[in-house]
Amino acid sequence: MLLLGASGAGKSTLLQALAGVLGGDDEGDSVGELLLDEARPERARGRAGLVLQDPDSQVILARVGDDVAFGCENLGIPRDEIWRRVRSSLEAVGLPLPLDFPTDRLSGGQKQRLALAGVLAMRPGLLLLDEPTANLDPSGVVEVRDAVARVTENRDSTLVVVEHRVDTWLDLVDRVIVLGAGEGVLADGSPEDVLAREGRRLAAEGVWVPRFPPTVAARTRAPGRTVLRAVDLGIARPGGPELQEGLDFDVRAGSALAITGPNGSGKSTLGLTLGGLLSPAAGSVDALPLAAGLASAPIRWKSRELVSRIGSVFQDPEHQFLAGTVREELSIGPRVLKLSSAEASDRIDETATRLRLMGLLAANPFTLSGGEKRRLSVATALITRPPLLVTDEPTFGQDSRTWAELVALFSELLDEGSSLVAITHDAAFVDAIADGELALDARTGARR
Amino acid sequence: MTGIPTAAPRIQPIIRVNPVAKLATALVIGVALLLSLDWVSALVALACELVLFVWAGVGAKRLVLRALPIVVAAAFAGVTIALYGRASGATHFTFLFARVTDGSLSLAAATVLRILAIGLPALVLFLTVDPTDLADGLGQVLHLPARFVLGSLAALRLAGLFLDDWRSLELARRARGTADRGRVRRYAGQAFALLVLSIRRGSKLATAMEARGFGGPARRTWARPSRFGWPELLLVLVGLLVAAAAVSVAIAAGSWRFLGGQ
Repeated sequence: MLLLGASGAGKSTLLQALAGVLGGDDEGDSVGELLLDEARPERARGRAGLVLQDPDSQVILARVGDDVAFGCENLGIPRDEIWRRVRSSLEAVGLPLPLDFPTDRLSGGQKQRLALAGVLAMRPGLLLLDEPTANLDPSGVVEVRDAVARVTENRDSTLVVVEHRVDTWLDLVDRVIVLGAGEGVLADGSPEDVLAREGRRLAAEGVWVPRFPPTVAARTRAPGRTVLRAVDLGIARPGGPELQEGLDFDVRAGSALAITGPNGSGKSTLGLTLGGLLSPAAGSVDALPLAAGLASAPIRWKSRELVSRIGSVFQDPEHQFLAGTVREELSIGPRVLKLSSAEASDRIDETATRLRLMGLLAANPFTLSGGEKRRLSVATALITRPPLLVTDEPTFGQDSRTWAELVALFSELLDEGSSLVAITHDAAFVDAIADGELALDARTGARR
Repeated sequence: MTGIPTAAPRIQPIIRVNPVAKLATALVIGVALLLSLDWVSALVALACELVLFVWAGVGAKRLVLRALPIVVAAAFAGVTIALYGRASGATHFTFLFARVTDGSLSLAAATVLRILAIGLPALVLFLTVDPTDLADGLGQVLHLPARFVLGSLAALRLAGLFLDDWRSLELARRARGTADRGRVRRYAGQAFALLVLSIRRGSKLATAMEARGFGGPARRTWARPSRFGWPELLLVLVGLLVAAAAVSVAIAAGSWRFLGGQ
């Protein structure tokens, strides 16, 4: 069964209630009754197994075998039986690793399959998946989907999956339920019926429905002069090995460069290096056209000089939040630039309107939804009007509505003459916006 | 029982000894040596330990490298006490408040030896402790509550993510334009942000653990057996022997001062 709905409809909350991990009355209100095999879910731990969205915070122990065994131990399964189940579960999810393999060396897709194995080993009658592929690259999505397909093949357990990318799961489910925010169940039926009836409305609310892709506006402006040039560039994390070497490319005004490549190829490191946040390991980054009187290498600019020249948007928005409210968060950039308070509040209003944050100015950044956090982190970079924006996975895990808004916003900026470097796995995003693509190979150098 | 995973193939038998026994052994030696402040007991303990290290096959090179912080700390403590320790006996040298005497020198020697005698075995024993094995031992041998033991173990794994978070926070501050102000203020802000991030991570981890039945009504089983058998008893016995040898030689030599008494 696939559970759909706009963000804020309570899909995740429902899953957590089914899993019996929602907490007691002191943590919120509940009305009515939810029964799992005729018992309250908290009393039936182990009947329902839950896999969550974030791969990192689901790994519990340091070794693969121990991590899978953890759930069985909690259920009081005898030792011999535990190890039998550990082996068969790892096999079922396609993770035939030594049992003492360190969990911190797994990729995101492998971590999610490990979490799935840990849940399967508990032999749940109900398998609950809460956006299990939202934080994964395309190959990770396929890995996890295929693993779920394998373990639900014989239909001896119930599957409930929350996801805003419908096409990933459509072949696996025989029922779709749509929840509305505060409206309860809006539709319940076979995938064909529900999507035919509710597809357009779901798409408008941000669900990725195959027949209703978000619309993309055409770009109007041709690329201009070069604003940044990488010459024989080598990149590395501080103290780490060189991830790429000999990179040569230009970024031009009014153009978007997409940087793609598998995990571990150094995409994020390249983004940080172009953004003036990491020193090149070799070669140089020359941004003289942006420097306006400063040295040509962005890494030599001061922090406050950087913000009006190159804006960086990190993959995890939470790393970039500094303030207690959205308004304060937005006012940091203008303050760093020493703008007058009138100018600052104009810019805050303008940027907040553009990124649909006006209603959220008093909210705490950490309490926002995933899409709102992403919009805020882009807004904090745009408010200082840098001519070059470097973004790391801007569309990762976003619903189709936020996706379309970001594409529209970036198109506007490009047409105004700004430049964009986007690190991305998202093929649709590359199609929609990129003028050039730099595809990094895993540690072997790059091709354009 | 075949097929139960052990932590990587290792040769030295000491590694497979239950961590609880290692903890107990280090504790026995430490407590015995803290009872007196003389140099004889420390020297005897240290000598016994070095012989045991060679016998157990602890590589001298590896030991020296890993023990460097302890050796440096011991040297610093020694110099400080030699200069400023309680003065008695003949004075060799004075400069401002520094006064090197027979008494301060022997106290310094005793301190250096003692730090090494307590530190080195603890180091050798703990170098080989795997946190998961320790948690298994604490839960199964000492019967500490599983909630506490496994909660700590899972949190320990999260601590490894701190360093990555810290680096990202640092770069993010530069990207936001606020990295030019004073280092103290910046680090304070970053530390607070790290705290917020780790609490959020922690609560997510707690949900994931609960979703796997942690803290549920069932009586928990342990997938990995943690045994306390002959090798463990032997190790603790060796620790007791070292402690007993140190104390008795010191008493026989007349240098034993219980808790620093005269």
